[in-house]
Amino acid sequence: MSVDQLILMILALPLLGALINGTLGKNMSKQLVGSIATVVMFVSFALALMVFNSNHTTQLIQLFDVIKLDDFTLHARLQVDSLSIWMTLIVTGVGSLIHLFSMGYMSHDKGYYKFFTYLNLFIFAMLILVLGSNYFMLFFGWEGVGICSYLLIGFHYSDEQKGMLNGVAARKAFIMNRIGDLGLLIGLFLILAQFGTLEYTELADKLTIENIEPSTWMMFGITLCLFIGATGKSAQIPLFTWLPDAMAGPTPVSALIHAATMVTAGIFLVVRSNFMFETPGAQITQDIMFYVGLATSLVAAFIAMRQNDIKKVLAYSTVSQLGLLFVALGMGAYTAAMFHVTTHAFFKALLFLGSGSVIHAMSDEQDIRKMGGLRKFIPITHATFLIGTLAIAGFPLLSGFYSKDEILAHAVMHSPVIYAILMVSVAMTAIYMFRLYFLTFHGSFRGSDEAKHHLHESPKSMTIPLLVLAILSVFGGLLNLPGVILAKGTHWLSHYLEHNTRGLELIKTEHLTNSQAMLLMGGAVLMTLIILFGTFVVYVKRNSVAKSDEQLKGWELASNQKLYFDELYNALFVKPIEWISMKLHQFVELFVLNKSILGFVGLIDKSGNIVRKWQSGIVASYLFWMVVGIVGLVVYYLVKF
Amino acid sequence: MVLATIFQNGVSIEFYIVLSTILFVIGMIGVMIRRNAIILLMCIELMLNAVNLLMVAFSTYFGQADGQIFVFFIMVVAAAEATVGLSILVMAYRNLRTTDVSIFNKLKG
Amino acid sequence: MNLETIAIILGGLTIGSALMVIISKHPVRSVLYLVLTFFMISANYILMNAQFIAIVNIIVYAGAIMVLFLFVLMLLNLSRENEPKSSIMVKLSAVIAGGTLFTVFIAALKDGVAVAATTATDADSIGLVESLGQLLFTKYVLPFEMSSVLFIAAMVGAVLLAKREKQIIE
Repeated sequence: MSVDQLILMILALPLLGALINGTLGKNMSKQLVGSIATVVMFVSFALALMVFNSNHTTQLIQLFDVIKLDDFTLHARLQVDSLSIWMTLIVTGVGSLIHLFSMGYMSHDKGYYKFFTYLNLFIFAMLILVLGSNYFMLFFGWEGVGICSYLLIGFHYSDEQKGMLNGVAARKAFIMNRIGDLGLLIGLFLILAQFGTLEYTELADKLTIENIEPSTWMMFGITLCLFIGATGKSAQIPLFTWLPDAMAGPTPVSALIHAATMVTAGIFLVVRSNFMFETPGAQITQDIMFYVGLATSLVAAFIAMRQNDIKKVLAYSTVSQLGLLFVALGMGAYTAAMFHVTTHAFFKALLFLGSGSVIHAMSDEQDIRKMGGLRKFIPITHATFLIGTLAIAGFPLLSGFYSKDEILAHAVMHSPVIYAILMVSVAMTAIYMFRLYFLTFHGSFRGSDEAKHHLHESPKSMTIPLLVLAILSVFGGLLNLPGVILAKGTHWLSHYLEHNTRGLELIKTEHLTNSQAMLLMGGAVLMTLIILFGTFVVYVKRNSVAKSDEQLKGWELASNQKLYFDELYNALFVKPIEWISMKLHQFVELFVLNKSILGFVGLIDKSGNIVRKWQSGIVASYLFWMVVGIVGLVVYYLVKF
Repeated sequence: MVLATIFQNGVSIEFYIVLSTILFVIGMIGVMIRRNAIILLMCIELMLNAVNLLMVAFSTYFGQADGQIFVFFIMVVAAAEATVGLSILVMAYRNLRTTDVSIFNKLKG
Repeated sequence: MNLETIAIILGGLTIGSALMVIISKHPVRSVLYLVLTFFMISANYILMNAQFIAIVNIIVYAGAIMVLFLFVLMLLNLSRENEPKSSIMVKLSAVIAGGTLFTVFIAALKDGVAVAATTATDADSIGLVESLGQLLFTKYVLPFEMSSVLFIAAMVGAVLLAKREKQIIE
C-alpha cells in the first residue's frame, strides 16, 4: 500500500476505535472494549513501522481545504517526514503498550468504555498534531489533546472522596494550557500576518532558500509566542503547577499524557519550527528558553526531593526533564532533544506504569512512607522499576545515560558554568529517583497488615508492557550512539532526522573531540555511582525513613510544600479575580441589573393595575368614556379636515 | 288647514339641529347621572325622541316622507324595547329588592 | 307672532321640561315631566306639518309607554327618600362630558354645507296620513311586516319574563 493510504489508516484507526467504543461500548463486554482499543493501537503501530521502512522523502497528503479565500487557502494536509514518522512511532508504540496495561489496571472501573474512548481519541488528536503539515493542524491536535487531557484527568469526577479534587485538577490543567494556547494562537496570527502562509514547507522555503528577512522584532515576537504555547503544554515555569495536580487522573493517563506524549508536544513544536528559531531575531527567545528550562529543571528537581507521593515524584521528575529538554533546544541541539524525548518516553512511561503496578499491589496506596520492602512481593515490577530508575539517573550504558550525555556535551561547548549547573540538576534527579526506589522497594514494609495481605504481582496484561519498556530503556541508547564507544559512532537518529526534516539539515552542531567526550562521560558516571552509593547508605543501611509532614523543617519543608508556587498563584491571580467577580456581582448584578429589570417589571405591573381599575362594572362610567371617545373622534375628524 | 312649511318662513334648519342635539345631550346626561333603572330607561326614550325630532325636521326640509317613516319604525322599536326592559327590571327587582344600577358591577376588573 | 317666535318658545319649553326630567328627585315627577316633554315634541311636529307623527307620538309614547312606566313605578312603590343619588363628582363629570359633546357637534355643524330647502308646492302634504301610507305600503312594506313580528317577540318576552316563578324568593 502506498504511504498515503497507510497514513490515512493510521489516523483513522484510533478515531474509529474511539467512535465504536464511545457509541456502543456501554453494552459491550469489558474484554471487547479493551481489545478493540488496544488492537487498533497495535495495528496503527505496525502500519507506522511499514511507513517508517518505506519512506525516504517528505510527502504531503492533502485531505481537504478548510478555508478558501482569494489570497489564502487553509489546507487540512498531512506531512510525512522523518520527524513526524518518528513521533508517530513513539506515540503509537508507547501508546499501545499503555493501552495493554490499562486493560488490566482499569478492569475494576465501571467507566471502562469511556476510558478507552478517551484514550483513543487522545491518540487521534496527538497524531493529527504530529502529522499535520501546517500550524493549523498542529493547533487542532493541540486543542484536541488538551480536551482529552481534561477528560482523562477528571475521569473519576464522581468519586465520593476525591471527585471534587479530580475535577479541580482537570480544570487547572485545562486553564493553564489555555493560557499557553493564547500565546500559540497569537504566534500563529503573527506568522500568518508576516508570511501569509502556515505551511511548514513554505515557511522553511521563505526563510532559508528565498532568504526573506523579517524584522528581528517580528521573529522575536513569533518565536516568543510559540515558546509561550510550548510552556503551557510542556509545563515550564510559570505554567507548570498543573502537571503534579494532574496526577489525580488514573495512572495510565499519567503515563501516556504526562510522560510520553502530550508534554512533548511543546518540544515537538519548537523542533518543527527550528528554521524560525534559528533566525537572528530569535536568538533572544533561544536564550529565554534556555534559562527558563534551566530554572524549571532546578526548581522541579528540588521540589521532587521531598515529595512523598510516588506519582508526584515522577510528575516533578517529568517537569525537570522537560526543563532539561528546553535547555537543549535553547542551545540549538534539536536532534539531541529528540533523542532525549525518545528515551524519556521509554523510561518515564516505564516508571509510571511501574508505579501503577505498585499502587495496584498496594490496594491504591500512593504514599511511599507506607511502602517498603516490596521487592520480595512484586519481583517483576521491582526489576523493571529499577531499570527505569537507573535509566533516568543516567546509569552508564542505559538509554538515559546516552541522551543526557549528549545534552551535557552541548552544554559544555556552550559554557562550562552552565554545565556545572546542569550537573547539579542531574545530581538532584539521581538523588530523588534513588530515594524513591529505595524507600519503595527496600527496607521493611511500613504499611498496614491488611495491605500486606493483598500484596500481589500484577497480571500479565500489566507486566508485559513493563518488560517491553524495560528492554527499550536498556537498549534505547543504541539509537544515537556517540562516536566514542564504537570506533565510528552511529548517531543514527540524528542522521535520520536531519536527513528528512526541513531546517535541521542546515543546523550544524559541533562535536567534542573524543578525549573531551570520554572525560565528560567519566565524570557523569562517577557522579551517578557516588549518588547511588550515598542514597543506598542513607535509606537502606541507616533506614532513614521519610519524616511525616509535621517534622519537616527548613529546605525539606520548602521542598515538600512545592516551594509555595500554588499559594503564590492563588494570591496573585485567583484571589484578585474572585474579588473582582464578587464586587461585580454585588454592584452590577444585584444593584443595577436586578433593580432595572425588576423595576421594569414592576412598572408594567403598576400600569396594568391602573388600567385594570378602569373596568368598574358601572354602566354609567362606561357611557361616560364612550362619550369621551366620541368627542375625541369627532374632534379628530374636524381637525383633520 | 295646512300650515305653510316653516322652513320657508324664516325658521332655519340649524335651529332644529341645535334643539335636537340639546335634547340628546340632556338625555345622555340623565343616563350618566341617574341611578334608578326606570329613570334610566326613560332618559333613553328621551334620547330616541331627540333623534325623532331631527328626522322629522329633515324630512320636512327636504320634502321627502322617508324620514317620517323612519320615525315610525323608531317608535315601534322603542315601544318593544321599553316593554321588554321594564319586564326585566321587574324581575330583577323581585330578586334584588332595589333598582339601583350601580350594584350590577360584578364584571369589574 | 310669527312662526319663528313660536318655534323658539316651543323649543325653550321642550328643553325646560327635559331638564326637569333628569333633575327632579321624585321618580313619579320625572315621569310626568317626560310626558310633558313628549307633548312639547308633538307640538314641534305639528309645527312642521307632520301631523300623523305628532298624533302617533302622543298616543304611543305619552299614552302607552309612559303609562307603562308609571304602572311599574307604582308597582315598585318607590319614594323620594330611598332614591339613590350619585356623587357630585359623577354629576359634574357627566355634565362636562355632555357639554363637550354638544360643543363638538355644534362645531361640526359649522363646517356643514348648506343645502337649500325644498321648494316644491306639494311639500306641505307629506306629513299627512295619505302620503305616509302610500310610502309605507309600497316602499317600506317589508319593515312594516317585520315590525309585527318584533311586536309578537316583545309580547312573548314580556309575558315570559314577568311571570311569577314557582320558587319562593327571599
